[in-house]
Amino acid sequence: MALSGIQIYKLLPQTNCKECGFPTCLAFAMKLGAKQVELGSCPYVTEESKKQLAESAAPPIRLITLKANGTEVKVGNEVCMFRHEKTFYNKPGLFLRVKASDPDIAKKVATADVYKVNYVGMDFTLDGFAIEADGDASTSSAQALVAAVKAVREVTKRPLILIGKDAALLDSALGLLAGERTLIYAADSSNFEVLADTARKHEAALVVSADSLDALADLTQKVQVKGVEDMVLDLGGKNMGEWLTRATQARRLALKSNFKPLGYPTIFFAAQNGAEKEAVYAAQAISKYAGFVVLDTFAPEMIYPLLVLRENIYTDPQKPIQVQPGLYEINSPNPESPVLVTTNFSITYFSVANEVESSGLPAWLVVTDAEGMSVLTAWAAGKFDAERIAKAIKGFDVASKVSRKRIVLPGHVAVLSGELEEELSDWEIRVGPREAVDLPAFMKQALN
Amino acid sequence: MPIDIPKDKWPGSVRTVTIGATAAEGGTRTRTVTIGGQTTMPYLQYEAPTPHKPVIAIEIKSRKPDDWSLLLAEVWGESMNDPARWAKKAEEAGADLIVLALTLEDKPDDAVRAVKSVLGATGLPLVVWGPGQAEKDNELLVAVSEATQGEQLLLGICEDKNYRTIVATAMANGHLVQARTPMDVNLSKQLNILVSDMGMPKDRIIMDPTTGALGYGIEYGYSVMERLRLAALQGDAMTQSPMMVTPGFEAWKTKEAKVGEGVPESWGDWKARAINWETLTAITLIESGADVVVLRHPESVRRVREAIGELVMA
Ligand code: B12
Ligand code: SF4
Repeated sequence: MALSGIQIYKLLPQTNCKECGFPTCLAFAMKLGAKQVELGSCPYVTEESKKQLAESAAPPIRLITLKANGTEVKVGNEVCMFRHEKTFYNKPGLFLRVKASDPDIAKKVATADVYKVNYVGMDFTLDGFAIEADGDASTSSAQALVAAVKAVREVTKRPLILIGKDAALLDSALGLLAGERTLIYAADSSNFEVLADTARKHEAALVVSADSLDALADLTQKVQVKGVEDMVLDLGGKNMGEWLTRATQARRLALKSNFKPLGYPTIFFAAQNGAEKEAVYAAQAISKYAGFVVLDTFAPEMIYPLLVLRENIYTDPQKPIQVQPGLYEINSPNPESPVLVTTNFSITYFSVANEVESSGLPAWLVVTDAEGMSVLTAWAAGKFDAERIAKAIKGFDVASKVSRKRIVLPGHVAVLSGELEEELSDWEIRVGPREAVDLPAFMKQALN
Repeated sequence: MPIDIPKDKWPGSVRTVTIGATAAEGGTRTRTVTIGGQTTMPYLQYEAPTPHKPVIAIEIKSRKPDDWSLLLAEVWGESMNDPARWAKKAEEAGADLIVLALTLEDKPDDAVRAVKSVLGATGLPLVVWGPGQAEKDNELLVAVSEATQGEQLLLGICEDKNYRTIVATAMANGHLVQARTPMDVNLSKQLNILVSDMGMPKDRIIMDPTTGALGYGIEYGYSVMERLRLAALQGDAMTQSPMMVTPGFEAWKTKEAKVGEGVPESWGDWKARAINWETLTAITLIESGADVVVLRHPESVRRVREAIGELVMA
């Protein structure tokens, strides 16, 4: 929790020497509290005070960044329990787990790596891969892990998680990933000392695993003493109820009690109870606070809805996703092409634009400024009416683009057609279908 | 050192509501469904037990719908032509209650016949929806309500434009009402006030805050439900009704669920995607406080039921 100016003042030398450029230590403290100056301007702060000030300024849930050549994923730094209180900031990283011993590992990773899906104009992908070493610490397992990391690095540039309990085994694999920031899974009470050393040596982040929050808090403090700051929590939990409980408790402790030992993001394995439950487990983890979600199955029919869910939950509730109002050209329209009218809510715009685009039929699409609302919402809120539509048609000078003045309204707002005819008397007003899916058929049959 | 886990202690709680009446209670149901009663945010059982699990309703129609996805037509098959058979199949698929949606083509006689046949075919509690056009809703639901006195049906969908008649007939005949408002905390409260001001006992009202499907506005429904539940726990009596939402209806409207051809390859297998769409929409809403989810596909029902079992361990 950030300290107030007065609390900061107590940590300063209180000599009023003015070297910071302020007349008193108190004046400097106030500026510091308001984050308008840097602590470095005072040459006399003690090491102890510096540490306390740094701690108080740290976010309650540490920001963890995993990096590879080119791409990175950031998680943590969250500030609220419920998204309406502010927003959820850093989307959980979605990682696909592959086994080091899998002969098809390169192919699997390559396929998943290029996976890309478009949702309302944004391209989504997976964030990285988790490579799991064989259970034992034998030389052959170590060799297999090294070979796997090499193979995977040839086909993806995304960040990695390495799964293995043995430090020597991880060490040789991490050696191949110099300059990256990898996540190691996982330190527990039996191996944390060596794994902490390994993490430090390779500048990796470290997952800490224990089967109760008490034990976990204990362990993160021990790992921190070993010099590792970037940690991720494996909360355990056998089922959805336990995960929900632990994730909520850890987040509350971090946010409400400013409890530093659990102030880290979490990792969750969605297929721990089988592929059957994977989608549902991952969905819960996305809405309930996970930092990293590890999947075992690469199935677009599951990944796509999960990526969409993640986007929805992490959308800023204060700002609906919008597109720029304007006149959009779809499939190179000519002066004979119809003029379709819609709103500037992203989901609405893309539902329509995608349908028309994939039909190959040319059209002008007028996107009105409806303050980012869907057709019916905007209509109900008075942001999508005949007057506004007419204003957009005139404002974007649509008449100069077409010879045949023909407007198609969304079927849901058929009631507007009368008024619009009055507003735009030289235009022909047509009512289209209710759903965008039916637009191509309508354009082929009804518009000619 | 054991950590001191922060626990919320709320002054308010969700109202307990029972749908359906057994013979002893004046109806003919073999089972009733009780929801609500929570004193914590969803499933935080370390604070207090969850008294009643969320329940799953399966939506059927009085006439075979012509605009439902082929995937739904395939799984329900011939039973879609006969609400009684459809209801029976829905019960076998694991429904806790049945939603029977009437259509614009139904006359009051047809509606009553359909409702009676469903009541005869299954012992589950029943929700009856009008076709969603104020005048027609009133005409059909009044007839149904009078013909099923004492069954404690849940009648819907009451909105600000049509609630009066439905509430009046539900009150007169011992039924409950589903009160729907468009994703807004204050509108939910307002409709709840209007309905209770008519004299409807509060434990016969279920709030429907409306939702969007995954990818189509679910985040609004999600947050409105969280806010309504927080308000209920803080003690605001007009938000303390249990919540009911329709993820099945919303999800099966989306292109992702409805359409199998001409969609991007990156969407994957149609059937699995469609079921994921419905299932994930439902689960996400359950996490935010839904007490009743209305679904359409038996496979989604199975998966959501399993998840509920894991969330609410006895
Ligand atoms: C999400 C949502 C909201 C969100 C807003 C989201 C947003 N950015 O727009 C919030 C919570 C803020 C909201 C608020 C309100 N809402 Co609202 N909301 C919805 C909800 C659930 C989904 C809307 C949505 O996103 N649909 C998806 C988009 C893609 O649909 P669409 O824009 O219609 O586009 C489709 C078609 O119209 C068509 N199409 C689009 N353009 C074109 C163009 C052409 C040419 C053609 C042919 C077709 C076409 O293609 C698209 C896909 O098929 C609906 C109910 C529902 N489930 O549909 C209610 C709904 C739209 N809301 C409603 C209302 C009343 C309101 C409020 C007035 C309530 C209030 N007083 O608070 C406010 C108004 C806003 C305000 N004053 O701030 C009502 C409208 C009722 C009516 N018929 O008038 C609805 C229908 C709910 C209901 N059943 O009562 N809402
Ligand atoms: S430099 Fe430091 S000690 Fe000197 S006045 Fe500023 S804050 Fe006080």
